[in-house]
Amino acid sequence: MDEEKPETPAPDTRSVEQIRKDRNRVLGLGLAAFVVLVFFISIAKMG
Amino acid sequence: MYGHATMTTSITPPNPAPARRPAEWRDLIALTKPRVMSLVIFTGLCGLIAAPTRIHPVLAFTAILCIAIGAGGAAALNQWWEADLDAGMKRTAKRPLPQGRLDRTTARDFALVLCSGSVFLMGFAIGWLPAAILAVSIVYYSVIYTIWLKPRTPQNIVIGGGAGAFPPLIGWVAATGEITLMPVVLFAIIFMWTPPHFWALALFVKSDYAKVGIPMMPVVAGEKATRRQILIYSVLLLPLTMVPWWIGGTGLVYGASAFVLSALFLALSVRVGLRTRGEEDTMKPEKQLFAYSVIYLFALFAALVLDRFIVI
Repeated sequence: MDEEKPETPAPDTRSVEQIRKDRNRVLGLGLAAFVVLVFFISIAKMG
Repeated sequence: MYGHATMTTSITPPNPAPARRPAEWRDLIALTKPRVMSLVIFTGLCGLIAAPTRIHPVLAFTAILCIAIGAGGAAALNQWWEADLDAGMKRTAKRPLPQGRLDRTTARDFALVLCSGSVFLMGFAIGWLPAAILAVSIVYYSVIYTIWLKPRTPQNIVIGGGAGAFPPLIGWVAATGEITLMPVVLFAIIFMWTPPHFWALALFVKSDYAKVGIPMMPVVAGEKATRRQILIYSVLLLPLTMVPWWIGGTGLVYGASAFVLSALFLALSVRVGLRTRGEEDTMKPEKQLFAYSVIYLFALFAALVLDRFIVI
């Protein structure tokens, strides 16, 4: 299941700071989602 | 000579290297092959829903999330290992690693975090049996298939196809906590479906694989042998998809759907299996078989889930 259509890269116009900021934001959201998930898993396992 | 070099260095310090662009989060996501992951998530979800035991929705979500993250991690490991090969193939040359938008160390570390994170989360939240099967599937895809078999044998896709067969097994075991005959049959169905699905693709992108020296069946054994193998696997696939109905694991909704879908799959495979490529051939039957094979697997597993809710 290795197949996929060729991907078109986004034009490389953003600044390093902007890229870093976006990545940190996504990472932060991911961590927050993980904390929420662990909370709900704990509730589910206790129930 | 060394003295001169030292003098030059001490008088004119070298220009500092330009700051390397950090990895974009979109490129990290692209490493996980999101399109391929959709089929993995779907079959995993179907295995989980089709299982006879109900599971808490939060735990069901977590199990599917772990399957998706594990598959994404394995795909990222695959791209990390094959970055040089990908650069030589038109279909994969625009991926983040061959394009230099990501460095290999970042890709490898990202992949390892995804793989280990998914296994541990599955173990702690759901159980260590599905976690162990998830770990085996990751090693199976990234080591046995990508590193060991793919560059060595034209049968790579036959054994390696097992990696894609794990999701419904993991989904089922996450729900029930045990391995029974039904999830093993679901595993076998995807295992048997993979070679004709992939070889149909390999027939019309043969030149790409030949260019980078990957021993795909059409490259090594030739088109005739590949077409014959597609036919053999498709003939075996039809009765195999009927097994869940024969053993009483599903009802008539699945049984009838599996027969119709597999018969059509076989008909398209016969067309591919018995023809020879002509001059200026557009490979339409091969492209049709490949496109249908994706729809086929989605439809077959959708029928499996529908069968749980519709009793005739």
